[in-house]
Amino acid sequence: MYGKKVKLRAFFIFLVFISAILITYLIINSLKENVVYFKSPTDIQNLAQIDKKKIRVGGMVKKGSIKINNKDLRFIITDFKNEIIVSFSGAVPNLFEEEKGVVAEGYLKDRKYFKADKILAKHDENYMPPEVKQALEDKN
Amino acid sequence: MINQLGSYSLYICLICSIYLIYKSYFNQFISPKKVENKIFSVLSVQLFMTILSFSSLIYAFVLSDFSNLTAYNNSHSLKPLFYKVSGTWGNHEGSLLLWLLVLIIFLFIFFIKSKKLFFRYRILTILFQQIIIFGFLLFILFTSNPFINVFPLPSEGLGLNPILQDPALAIHPPLLYVGYVGTSIIFSSSLAALVCGTIDKIWAAHIKEWILISWIFLSIGILLGSIWAYYELGWGGFWFWDPVENVSLMPWFCLTALLHSIVVLKSRNLFHSWTIILSITTFSLSMSGTFLVRSGILNSIHTFANDPSRGIFILSFLFILVLLAIFIFFFNQKKIPDSSKKTFLISRETGILVNNWFMMYFLSVVLVGTAYPIFLEVINNSKISVGPPFYHKLIIPFLIPFLFFMAMGPNLKWIKNEKKTLNFLQLIIFSICLIVSYLIILKTDTNFLFSTLLFTFSFYLFFHVLKSFFQKNPSYSQKISHFGFSLFLISVLFNGILSKENSANMKVGDEMYFLNKKIIFENVQIKDGPNYRTLIGKFKLQEKKNTFEFKPEIRVYSQPETITSEADILSTIFSDNFLVFSLIKDDGYFNVRYQFKPLMMWIWLSVLIMSFGGLLSLIKKNEK
Repeated sequence: MYGKKVKLRAFFIFLVFISAILITYLIINSLKENVVYFKSPTDIQNLAQIDKKKIRVGGMVKKGSIKINNKDLRFIITDFKNEIIVSFSGAVPNLFEEEKGVVAEGYLKDRKYFKADKILAKHDENYMPPEVKQALEDKN
Repeated sequence: MINQLGSYSLYICLICSIYLIYKSYFNQFISPKKVENKIFSVLSVQLFMTILSFSSLIYAFVLSDFSNLTAYNNSHSLKPLFYKVSGTWGNHEGSLLLWLLVLIIFLFIFFIKSKKLFFRYRILTILFQQIIIFGFLLFILFTSNPFINVFPLPSEGLGLNPILQDPALAIHPPLLYVGYVGTSIIFSSSLAALVCGTIDKIWAAHIKEWILISWIFLSIGILLGSIWAYYELGWGGFWFWDPVENVSLMPWFCLTALLHSIVVLKSRNLFHSWTIILSITTFSLSMSGTFLVRSGILNSIHTFANDPSRGIFILSFLFILVLLAIFIFFFNQKKIPDSSKKTFLISRETGILVNNWFMMYFLSVVLVGTAYPIFLEVINNSKISVGPPFYHKLIIPFLIPFLFFMAMGPNLKWIKNEKKTLNFLQLIIFSICLIVSYLIILKTDTNFLFSTLLFTFSFYLFFHVLKSFFQKNPSYSQKISHFGFSLFLISVLFNGILSKENSANMKVGDEMYFLNKKIIFENVQIKDGPNYRTLIGKFKLQEKKNTFEFKPEIRVYSQPETITSEADILSTIFSDNFLVFSLIKDDGYFNVRYQFKPLMMWIWLSVLIMSFGGLLSLIKKNEK
């Protein structure tokens, strides 16, 4: 039969193979649950149905739409075709401003209303979400 | 003028590089005396020219010479001198020039320091390193030349993004780059050693220095970036699993694995192929790291507006390098010594192998999390992001066995461990850890069994490492680094379960109640800084009998017009109190965020301790 060395090596390869499969399974499984999709207000309009998954909505903050009170913050994200109302309570990044790009993470209540639990703004003052850039170019 | 000087010296560099590639390829077998001096002088010329080129860029920034496009885009005459200088590498073109400079400096040091080694190995290292340098030079000169003329001469520059005007971020890129670029030497010399068939203990001892240097710089570079994100971005945490952060963490995992496997190669002459594969992977990850951050491909909140078309060049260059490496690897595989020595299951080798496996696992998790969004966007154009839960779910459970092996491994003997490692004292330590963890977790509302186990093993590792300081084994550097790591993990865990935060929109005079704390917003003052105006808020935090005062700032920069928040952090040994406020709209409401972060200081400090262990190992080596 085979020598000890060959057996050992076969066992080793088998072990690596098993762990590789296990890792792949774990990663794919975890990815399914924890991926957050990025959508523009237009994408949301076109959604077939609204589910309870966490998503990100990106676009521009509409001019004059920011309203603040003690508890929360409301504003409108637009991609110049469609818009969506966002309500949020929590910390706001510095580059959050009217007529600037913004990404909000949270849950959809309906096609016009989004409850955010996190707001992200980009580092760069010239940055614009790609969808918005596209929409602006289409408009011109 | 300065532009010509800068770019001509780069062209001379390019010529040197071509010459060196040619010379080193055809003179591999010649006796060293004939070419040694020639190579040395060409290398010196190349080094001098790069320094000249880089200095001329710094010159353009410092003297605000806006005939230079890079300086025009990223500098401003009113900026403080320190940020004029750091602005040089705070942009795509300048940072690539810095990459190149470090590449060449490292090669030069390598050439001087490796005089005792086999000549063919040295000259081949130069060959591979020059191929990398050549690629970078082409990339710089033809896609992102920092020396482009602006005509007519503008009177003022556009300014540096103010969030980059920060001491930590000024030195963060150079440190990180030294770490990244250090891996290029490891890459080149592994390939050279592979071709020469000299992968042995001597080579391992020699290359370990370079691994250590890269590792130390990479660790501290990541640390600085992390500290910066903590206070400047107001994210209030130490790690966010943002793609840009991940991209620097991946080579770190790989380098850490390499650092361990090279020890086995050095002491036991094992793991030859594995070490080579790790070297190649580390370098590929470092290079793609630089590329991904700067190309704008990553869907990250860090993303800077940038031109992704440059990415194609560097991606294909990386592809060629990796292909070359794989090619060399397969054609020289027979030269790798047979490593079928007697090894036993319970030995230090196995311990290190287990470490390497875990590192590879962590690496693949982070890699998938970072690359999957890019992949999916190319495939079906959908934009996704992978959040912290993904990483937490996949990494944290595996920390438990990892910690156990980390506690056991260093105490095992090489080849075969005779003694049973489980003795009475160990059991007592373990039980104490278990009880302490149980009591801690009892008071919080986290996942019970799981957190208890995690805490138990962290404490266990901690005490185990502490205990090992009293043993005779002289490897203090390893113990210090492991001690740093266990301290890091304990701080992170406590930070994770005990952090509290609250935010609200407040007007002057408003109060916020949170837990048993009361935060009062007292007033706002306006002051002028060197190149900005600032709103200084005054907050009072009342907790039992103690009163703390916070003075966070909102800075309004005019060039470019940007607002940044400067958090006010009251750090004590045990916890950080973090308060940041920002102005949303000019109607009196400020967005105020308060965070209580325990043991924040220890997270930073423990990474320093880890790096210090590496430094100690480096110094000790040189003394011998």
